[in-house]
Amino acid sequence: MDVSLLLPLTFLLPLLGTLILSLSCGRLSEPASAFVGVVSVGLAALVTLALSLGFDPGAAARTETLWTWIHVGDFQPTIGLALDGLSLTMLGIITGVGFLIHLFAAWYMRGEEGVTRFFAYMNLFVFSMILLVLGDNLLMLFLGWEGVGLCSYLLIGYYYQHAENGWAAFKAFIVTRIGDVFLAIGLFLIFRELGTLNIARILERAPEVWASGSTTAELAALLLLGGALGKSAQLPLHTWLADAMAGPTPVSALIHAATMVTAGVYLIARLYGVFELAPDVLWLVGLIGAVTLLMAGFAALAQTDIKRILAYSTMSQIGYMFLALGAGAFNAAIFHLMIHAFFKALLFLSAGAVIVSCHHEQDIRRLGGLWRRLPLAYGGFVIGGSALAALPLVTAGFYSKDEILWQALASGHQGFMVAGLVGAFLTSLYTLRLIIGTFHGAMKSDNARNAEPGRGLRHGLPLVVLAILSTFLGAWIHPPLESVLPGSPGEGVEAGQTMLELMASATALSGVAIGAWLFIFRRDWLARQVTRPWGIRLWTLWNAAWGFDAIFDALLVRPYRALMRWLKNDLIDGFFNLLAGIARLLNLVLSKTQTGRVRTYATSMVLGATVIMLVLAFGL
Amino acid sequence: MMLPWIILIPFIGGLLCWQADRWGDKAPRWIALITMSLVLLITLVLWLDGDYHLPTLTVDSGAVRWAIEWRRAWIPRFGIDVHLALDGLSLVLIALTGFLGTLAVVCSWKEISHRVGFFHLNLLWILGGVIGVFLAIDLFLFFFFWEMMLVPMYFLIALWGHSGSEGRTRIRAAIKFFIYTQASGLLMLVSILGLVFAHHAATGVYSFSYGDLLNTRLSPELAFWLMMGFFIAFAVKLPVVPLHGWLPDAHAQAPTAGSVDLAGILLKTAAYGMLRFALPLFPDASALFAPVAMALGLVGIVYGAILACGQQDIKRLIAYTSISHMGVVLIGIYSGSALALQGVVLLMVAHAFSAAGLFIISGQVYERLYTRDMNRMGGLWGRLGSLPGFSLFFVAASLGMPGTANFAGEFMILFGTFPVAPVTVMIATTGMVLAAIYSLLLMQRVYYGPTRGEVRLGGLDTREFVMMMVVLVLVLLFGLYPQPLLDVTGATMDEIQKLFSVALSHAPATLLTGVVQ
Repeated sequence: MDVSLLLPLTFLLPLLGTLILSLSCGRLSEPASAFVGVVSVGLAALVTLALSLGFDPGAAARTETLWTWIHVGDFQPTIGLALDGLSLTMLGIITGVGFLIHLFAAWYMRGEEGVTRFFAYMNLFVFSMILLVLGDNLLMLFLGWEGVGLCSYLLIGYYYQHAENGWAAFKAFIVTRIGDVFLAIGLFLIFRELGTLNIARILERAPEVWASGSTTAELAALLLLGGALGKSAQLPLHTWLADAMAGPTPVSALIHAATMVTAGVYLIARLYGVFELAPDVLWLVGLIGAVTLLMAGFAALAQTDIKRILAYSTMSQIGYMFLALGAGAFNAAIFHLMIHAFFKALLFLSAGAVIVSCHHEQDIRRLGGLWRRLPLAYGGFVIGGSALAALPLVTAGFYSKDEILWQALASGHQGFMVAGLVGAFLTSLYTLRLIIGTFHGAMKSDNARNAEPGRGLRHGLPLVVLAILSTFLGAWIHPPLESVLPGSPGEGVEAGQTMLELMASATALSGVAIGAWLFIFRRDWLARQVTRPWGIRLWTLWNAAWGFDAIFDALLVRPYRALMRWLKNDLIDGFFNLLAGIARLLNLVLSKTQTGRVRTYATSMVLGATVIMLVLAFGL
Repeated sequence: MMLPWIILIPFIGGLLCWQADRWGDKAPRWIALITMSLVLLITLVLWLDGDYHLPTLTVDSGAVRWAIEWRRAWIPRFGIDVHLALDGLSLVLIALTGFLGTLAVVCSWKEISHRVGFFHLNLLWILGGVIGVFLAIDLFLFFFFWEMMLVPMYFLIALWGHSGSEGRTRIRAAIKFFIYTQASGLLMLVSILGLVFAHHAATGVYSFSYGDLLNTRLSPELAFWLMMGFFIAFAVKLPVVPLHGWLPDAHAQAPTAGSVDLAGILLKTAAYGMLRFALPLFPDASALFAPVAMALGLVGIVYGAILACGQQDIKRLIAYTSISHMGVVLIGIYSGSALALQGVVLLMVAHAFSAAGLFIISGQVYERLYTRDMNRMGGLWGRLGSLPGFSLFFVAASLGMPGTANFAGEFMILFGTFPVAPVTVMIATTGMVLAAIYSLLLMQRVYYGPTRGEVRLGGLDTREFVMMMVVLVLVLLFGLYPQPLLDVTGATMDEIQKLFSVALSHAPATLLTGVVQ
């Protein structure tokens, strides 16, 4: 079939799913809802497969304008799509991994209230995410960008009966929206400067209009970065992601690991031309990535909730992607984005399998010893965890993370590389802690002792496929990015690469070794350290992820609430009401004088006349 | 001959409703529905048949072109005519009035149960007055209709309103509404008379005709003060902070239909007034005043949004969001950019839909829970059928979710204004966060949290469902393909833009100091 027909189908199918589900008004049974939800994304994945089979990586982007969105003067954003290697890669992740997660969700969500609502949101999310990556102009991208944010909000707050879930959703939306403000202003600036919002035209015009390092270019890149930070949960707009784990686990897998949170990486890679003109901001991208990956790595060490560990790990891994972007290795960032989608989806789905099997227990202090009872989830955790820790040669994560470290070194960013290595060590450590805590040792609660393993294709197939993709086999998938993104800084350079590979492998393995030593053999010693004053302090600090929430609470939330309370009764309106009050008071006073007694009236008349006479006489 | 009929139909329909009361409650409702549908139908026919691509004009030619014009002498001695004219801008707003009027009738189908005939008389007369405002281009006639809208609105709030807590009675809200708008209307009358006298002094002819007064030569000081008279009148109605005090009370106490009309169209008469009169009649003075107006817009955005967060009454919350959204409109009007002006039209239409949707929803929630206090709601996701879905949609629209008309309008304004006033736009854009805060607070308080009570409260019946669905589809349609609307208003807005941008370019900064001294 023709591309112009297939391309819109990718997002129309999930949209159709949403429409069927939402217009059914609760008349669909649970299996029927799940069927519609899963099949619509599955078909979209098939369409994507058809697209990728006929894809020519060397050709220019294939564009498809559906209609002109708004046409006023020079302002002519279109509802237009563009398919190139980058969007095809993203499309593959969204529909492929998305389909597997939907399938798993059909197992995970059985018996819950409002499954129709769940799948309607999930399909809407896939629809928006596809628009985000296919949009050929920034306004279309923004449409998808906000759409995924809304779906994220809805799905985090899916279990609405607990108000705190609603607040977690609220926080996620507001914090990312702060980033969106920057993105929006960036759009205004780009349109003013370059006169277009079309991405291809922007990349063409930017070098003509802006000199490299010019203030405007830096400003534009900085504003775009602001948007990316919010969506991708990087410092300082990262605080929402850990709380976002309130949503059902498949949601965390799809939105908060595999797809939406990587939108920031996609945005920067997509507009690489703007960032290349802003070297300072590009360096800042890498710096933020480096700091975030370390910050989140430490935070992951001190969490007790499986999903929160994975959330901080996601933050940290996206930090790697930002680091790669900052080093100018856009290819490596997208490659890691893809591999991360595989293994992190696997980890989250395995976590979901554990959580459902253990009756919604997700605290690793209350789990343990599950490896025999839940072999599939255990396998998922081991394979996914190895990929996350980038164990050499056999895992996919090794190839993508190694590429990033190598590019950082080759582009002359030794600092980034060192941060990456330290991060890799932390990654091994917290991954091991997670796996040992969940699957080994004694079963620490009844929920763990009574674990019921998941069964069936909907449960098994996604785990197995993702596990395969997380091994070195996944690393064989080669995103066709050559014609889209510029070459990497380390291309053609060989010296030092083997050395670095060895170093990275050693770091990962030593992390595992030290972790095993700490968490298996020196357990009691470790437990004692944590109860000491410095141990408690460190634990509290890392557990609260360095206390950013408290800082924002004091700086922004509380002042805003105080302002809100102060203004609540509308001071300005109060002023005008005061005028009315004075008038009424005067009325009260003056009406007192209307006594109806002739004597009083006569007296006041005489008095008044006297005063007037006096005034006239003396000209006062 | 079409134009006077568009105005007369609601007035006649209103009288019929009033008299039809004797045949039961149903009769006035149906008459009102037919009347408003007729108005809507006529405007749609005009939309499809008419050509609103006015020939491009140079600003100084002075001629004003209308698509349709109708003129009869009224008080020839003072040059007062019954002069009606239609162009793209007024057409869109009249179509909006017809649509929201129909909606108002349908949404009060079950809410209003006493004095049904008189209720519909007031409702239709408001709409008639509004249509008059949108069509009149004789300033005296314009003032007549402007004042005309108030009286039935007063009765609507005073007789069919809800009384709130803390001494917020419906009578008090009605009086407040009346005094605010009446006092500001008088300022406008003074300005109109001043303009007419100035015109008389220059030409020796009394005329209230828009076309005649358009190019009156005025000293900068006089122009400034006359402009202020118009501006304040419109600012109260828009409303612009600090003149907004009547709005939350009026909204909170008005019946649903009243709120729908108030937010949907009455506020839009103010924006229309600025676009039609304040800017074209006093382009230079307006250009000087633009920075102040934009600053007021910013204050409105932030102030309205923060106050919205602090409300417990769901209707008061929505009322304050209107103030915030109208702040954006005000910025767009005074930006002098064609893109922003087109955005203003789109945002006005979008806000009319989304605010109407939210008010109807709060009315529907009230009909089920008998409260508008959000502290007494919570956990309603699973108990209201498809109502939460619609709430979510309109909340998303009000926070400017792309794909809705609100987003398109707001972003056109921001895109258009950015080259002119980047700092203003930057501050205005933070309104995106504030809008998200109040919108989601509403969702949080009403729908999240533990379910209170097991009773399923009953979903929407067919009437309610169809009503919400139509509005929803329109919001999406204008959000994704606003072009039909933009094409109709394009020529008018271009003309306003040209007039204003010429003034902006040759407005010497010293003039302002001249005015201040």
